[in-house]
Amino acid sequence: MSIDASAPTTTDKTAASASVPDKQGRYGDFGGRYVPETLVKALDQLAVEYEKAKQDTAFQAELDVLLRDFVGRPSPLYHAKRLSEQCGGAQIYFKREDLNHTGAHKINNTIGQCLLTMRMGKSRVIAETGAGQHGVATATACAHFGLPCVVYMGEEDIRRQKPNVFSMKLLGAEVRPVSSGSRTLRDAINEAMRDWMASVDDTHYILGSVVGPHPFPQIVRDFQSVIGRETIEQSRSRKDSIGLGRLPDVVVACVGGGSNAAGMFYPFVPHAEVEMLGVEAGGRSNQPGDHASPLTFGQPGVLHGSFSYVMQDEDGQTSDVHSMSAGLDYPGVGPEHSYWKDSGRVKYTSCDDAAAMKAFDACAAVEGIMPALESSHAVAAAMDLAKQRSKDETIVVCLSGRGDKDAMEIARLKGVDFG
Amino acid sequence: MSAIDDLFQKLRQEKRKALMPFVTAGDPDLDFTAAVLQELAARGAAMCELGIPYSDPIADGPVIQASYTRALGNKIKLEQIMSMLGRVTPQLSAPVVSMVSYAIIYRKGLEAYCDEAQNRGLAGLIVPDLPVEEAATLSKICAQRDLSLIQLVTPTTPRDRALRICETSTGFVYYVSIAGITGERTELPPELADNVSWLREQTKLPICIGFGISKPEHVKLLAPAADGLIVGSAIVRRVAQAGELPREKVLADIGEYVASLIAALD
Repeated sequence: MSIDASAPTTTDKTAASASVPDKQGRYGDFGGRYVPETLVKALDQLAVEYEKAKQDTAFQAELDVLLRDFVGRPSPLYHAKRLSEQCGGAQIYFKREDLNHTGAHKINNTIGQCLLTMRMGKSRVIAETGAGQHGVATATACAHFGLPCVVYMGEEDIRRQKPNVFSMKLLGAEVRPVSSGSRTLRDAINEAMRDWMASVDDTHYILGSVVGPHPFPQIVRDFQSVIGRETIEQSRSRKDSIGLGRLPDVVVACVGGGSNAAGMFYPFVPHAEVEMLGVEAGGRSNQPGDHASPLTFGQPGVLHGSFSYVMQDEDGQTSDVHSMSAGLDYPGVGPEHSYWKDSGRVKYTSCDDAAAMKAFDACAAVEGIMPALESSHAVAAAMDLAKQRSKDETIVVCLSGRGDKDAMEIARLKGVDFG
Repeated sequence: MSAIDDLFQKLRQEKRKALMPFVTAGDPDLDFTAAVLQELAARGAAMCELGIPYSDPIADGPVIQASYTRALGNKIKLEQIMSMLGRVTPQLSAPVVSMVSYAIIYRKGLEAYCDEAQNRGLAGLIVPDLPVEEAATLSKICAQRDLSLIQLVTPTTPRDRALRICETSTGFVYYVSIAGITGERTELPPELADNVSWLREQTKLPICIGFGISKPEHVKLLAPAADGLIVGSAIVRRVAQAGELPREKVLADIGEYVASLIAALD
């Protein structure tokens, strides 16, 4: 089938470039900007301001200091020795994004975008959230900078992620429940976009993943790329564990919208010797509606302002998807992932709810680390892969967030009743 | 030349203005949609805009969103909508344009969608999530058929950009009255008429104003500045009553409402 979205460009099937997107926000055929005209001016302004900020050493210096002192970077690269032993193959390392302030990678982006908000002279922030991690990270950054913050969240996600909802409120954000559609992340994005249509003059929309119209996929990727840059540096410089002192053989990350994965993968794109594996949510089964794996089972289409792989029916209506993990429960994926998939630079697979839960249990039991349910999908895929690889190979997993937020949902899934 | 071009040529000669009501396809079912289209045309609507239900309509307010959800909840399919249009458009005095997300057009295939649209008697397309930068291919395909590709200008559109949009839009230019989503508003921005007047000096294309318009007072105020006015949510809200009230009553209510707006045009 043809995947020409509009202006025909050709995805090179044999190589991925790190010099994407182009000026139209294209990653090969993917990306672009499919939004109401009302938003175009704000997106243009954002693209221009972002380009200036990128060149501005003072902006970068301010961001670096905040990432160090407020977020707690660099996050450690940790050798999961006992988990590796249990798998009996390659050495597994965790890039500990779970140790960041607020417990996930999301804060890397929200700090950066809050700085952009102030640079653009905007005085109000809106955001969407699925698992609540991006909502908490946005509320946190807004509290830090004194910006009023409204977070849109689907009612189904509010049910699944009560602790994060409470945290956002404690941090001074207003959480607006979204009751339309599937009442999850996808509907929260719609609602945030609608708010932005009417508030675009004084409001910045801090989108939390590498999705949406240009320049969001690029901005979020760039702010998250600190994950991959640190991993490269840490892998090369450390020789205290087996195998390191060089780049890892494989890096693995979970993919919902795909922000932690994009942040981990992007700096590795030119390092052709490093394999990359993105792990989507396999949910209950491979049947439509039972999973959230657009790269594995979907096809190219338009959702939320971007051309990318998506789960749709034959009329282009977005399909309902399922994952036990709210952060992966999304029918679309960032356009750069679609580009990496089609170019073959990154392999994508999916991991079902049960396998992710097993990986969570293993990780908690032998490493003393409770990964977020999202990250557990990546851990599961890494454990499978480790078993097929030799002991002198290394696999780095992006442990994108901590699992405390999931405790109640895990209890529910395991049938534990606190009474 | 599409039926829209013919229509405005005629209206301008007669110094008349157009009212374009919007209705959602399949709310609550396609038989009723067909009846509403016939009622609207019979009451003197110059054009009709048919909303193709979409699962993720970013530009739409709660009223139109809810109508899309109702229609999709009844498993409405594009093929059924097109087949209804094929039956109804030959009997309508007013041309019909579809308001349709690019997600739907892309999935169907750009050429396939436009062929289907033309075969079923549609006069044009409004694609609210396809800004001018992304519209070149669809624009060409529409031009090869007698379909207008109506593009939108909004209060946030810089003036130089508005000129570019007017160069590529066909049929008419859809001027969005407010920065925001669809839905009835009590007040419309005071600078609206001035902005539209400015645009009228820049282009020969007809200009129709939409978003927020619901009252005869709005119509009176804006009609002198524009070639036509578009009314959506206020009609969709009336259509929604077809779930509970007798359909003839709802049709009559819609008909009278539209007639009151048309009366305010001149």
